[in-house]
Amino acid sequence: MDLALEILPQVVLDGIVLGFMYALIALGYTMVYGVLEFINFAHSEIFVLGAFVGVEVLLLLQSAGYLATMHPAIVLTLVIVSGMVISGFAAMALERVAYRRLLGEPRLVALISAIGASFFLQDGLRLFESLWRNTFYLNYPTLDFLERAVPLTANLVIPVKSMLVIVMALITLAGLHFFVNRTRLGLAIRAVAQDPDTASLMGVAVNRVIALTFFVGGSLGGLAGVLFGIHYSLVNPYTGFIPGMKAFTAAVLGGIGNIPGAMVGGMMLGLLEAFAASYLSLLTNGAFGAEYKDVVAFLVLILILIFRPKGLLGETVRESKA
Amino acid sequence: MKRSLAGLALCLYVALSCALAYFFPQSALAFLLVEAGLFLLYYVPAPRRLKISLGALLLLVLFPVLGWANGYYLEVAIQIGIFVALALGLNIVVGFVGLLNLGFVAFYAIGAYFWAIFGSPQANAFIGGNLFPLSPNWFFVFLILSIIVGALTGVLLGLPVMRLRGDYLAIVTLGFAEVVRALVNNLDKPINFTNGPRGIAPITKPPLFFRPLLEFFGADVSDAKLYPLYFYFLILFLVGIIIWVTRQLENSRIGRAWKAIREDEIAAAAMGVPVVRMKLLAFAVGASFAAAVGVLFAAKQVFINPESFTFMESIGVLAMVIVGGMGSIPGAILGATGVTILNLQLLKGLSIWLNGLRQSGAILSIPLLGSYPLAQLPAQFEPAKYERMVFGLILIVMMIFRPQGVLPPGGARRK
Repeated sequence: MDLALEILPQVVLDGIVLGFMYALIALGYTMVYGVLEFINFAHSEIFVLGAFVGVEVLLLLQSAGYLATMHPAIVLTLVIVSGMVISGFAAMALERVAYRRLLGEPRLVALISAIGASFFLQDGLRLFESLWRNTFYLNYPTLDFLERAVPLTANLVIPVKSMLVIVMALITLAGLHFFVNRTRLGLAIRAVAQDPDTASLMGVAVNRVIALTFFVGGSLGGLAGVLFGIHYSLVNPYTGFIPGMKAFTAAVLGGIGNIPGAMVGGMMLGLLEAFAASYLSLLTNGAFGAEYKDVVAFLVLILILIFRPKGLLGETVRESKA
Repeated sequence: MKRSLAGLALCLYVALSCALAYFFPQSALAFLLVEAGLFLLYYVPAPRRLKISLGALLLLVLFPVLGWANGYYLEVAIQIGIFVALALGLNIVVGFVGLLNLGFVAFYAIGAYFWAIFGSPQANAFIGGNLFPLSPNWFFVFLILSIIVGALTGVLLGLPVMRLRGDYLAIVTLGFAEVVRALVNNLDKPINFTNGPRGIAPITKPPLFFRPLLEFFGADVSDAKLYPLYFYFLILFLVGIIIWVTRQLENSRIGRAWKAIREDEIAAAAMGVPVVRMKLLAFAVGASFAAAVGVLFAAKQVFINPESFTFMESIGVLAMVIVGGMGSIPGAILGATGVTILNLQLLKGLSIWLNGLRQSGAILSIPLLGSYPLAQLPAQFEPAKYERMVFGLILIVMMIFRPQGVLPPGGARRK
């Protein structure tokens, strides 16, 4: 029992970091679901793309010799902005190529196309990195100031990396909240999510709003990718599947289409997973260990969908099609 | 007149392609021609009797003879058979009823592990005594039991998810498959059921019950030569039964109920179709096919591990069903054959060809662009490793340009 208490602060911290990461990815799923009512299965690859853009920018800076001399804040800004912008545009391109023509078709047609896009992008990234660097397992270069840690108490040491994730996520979430609720474009997104036909009659350019939604969702995914890469260092084209599935679970947990719901769902799932990873083996005397943390997440998804498909905060999906 | 001429041309084609494949046993191209013959049979308007007898001749005599000459042909044929059976199973769920199942491979895995655990010393780890591996004769018992086990797990998954919307159902089935794979991967402790990522080997093969007969005729054949042929006929038999069952179901009350649910669930319920029962039945039938094929797969492979049952496999089978045309039996067969050949022969062939180029030291020179020594071709660039890209492309292109597939089901088209 003592051990359980001793590791508790660290477990909570891990859970919060993971939770913010899931929340950022989940927002991409939930916003697209809000306007199009479809699961953008390839969103996990947009996330991975962000991680790869991040590592490429860092490696390019490193080989040009700037990494050691530039101010860390500039390096970070550069990495994060390029990851977000490229991921955002990639998500827009994806919508244009693989989804737009399927808008009127049955839901499953678009979903199958999205699955195809997901697989295509995984191997596309692999092919690109294989030709470019001759390997597709990339390591983030270490940044000295990120390797530091702040010892808070005897049982809790906060690495700067974790602080970075939390701060960045908080800033972005606040920004997103402002954007969706206080600006005209945000109003347009909400209008399309509520009723695309009426929105179009009111002079909202629906297709452009959809593209914008993909851009915003994609850039949030890209940010999550960069933060993921910085935090866990190792990336490969196939890393996205499991975090993607979990972020989707988080979106459903909070109520799909519901933006605050995605944040709450992500945080809950992150904490749950951190607890499962640390305490399962203590609770079951070593019979079941951390390797079951994915199973726990999937079971949560299945149970939520069966017993409360509207999620904890209720989904906001328009009446006509639900 | 025209029909008999077409028939004659068909006979000539089959004879010619088989002769080519026989005299050039190393040529993948010749074998592709033989396989294409099967589809010509389906398309060309020749007399029905001739088509059936030619098809039977190809499947029952010519393929085995060719396979005898080159074992690789049989391996390809067996793989095709396995995927045809899986695609037909998934076709019932996705094609007939319109429920997107992204975790179909879970049932295949359950079937495979069902025989693997009891058909190898593995079961001794949790059942006392030294009873295992079971004798080869049990294989057929397990093949039949697996149908029941598959149907039960199908219903078990189906029951809680029946009320879900289409896309949620897809994600739940995907989650289910991942849970099954995680369990298989981790249930080597606390009690060792599945031996975890190390997999299970050796798995008992089915009994050679016809050996006395062969000896009676004075044929002395080694086991290693006999088993591929044996598996070929086993899978052919299984696929035959599956096609027969599927056709019977399609043209029955049940099949019509399935299609009614696919077109409009509410209308179907209003007309008195027991929607939940029919959906469960579809899950059960599809799952039982997959489980039965799984038993055969385990016996053929001798060694299985969780790597064979990834999400990738589910998507591969889905791609087969979609290429062929959802809801169409010939479509599922064509899709499975086409995608398997693409995967096993074309992509691998391309990789080998590129490797050859690399080693040949040839120099590719393009006018105006300069020359490029092929030895510098990155070693990572191997088409066989990019099957995800191929599957992904197939899915997107089919959905955008031809969502009904290559051989859509006859009769009323889907909207």
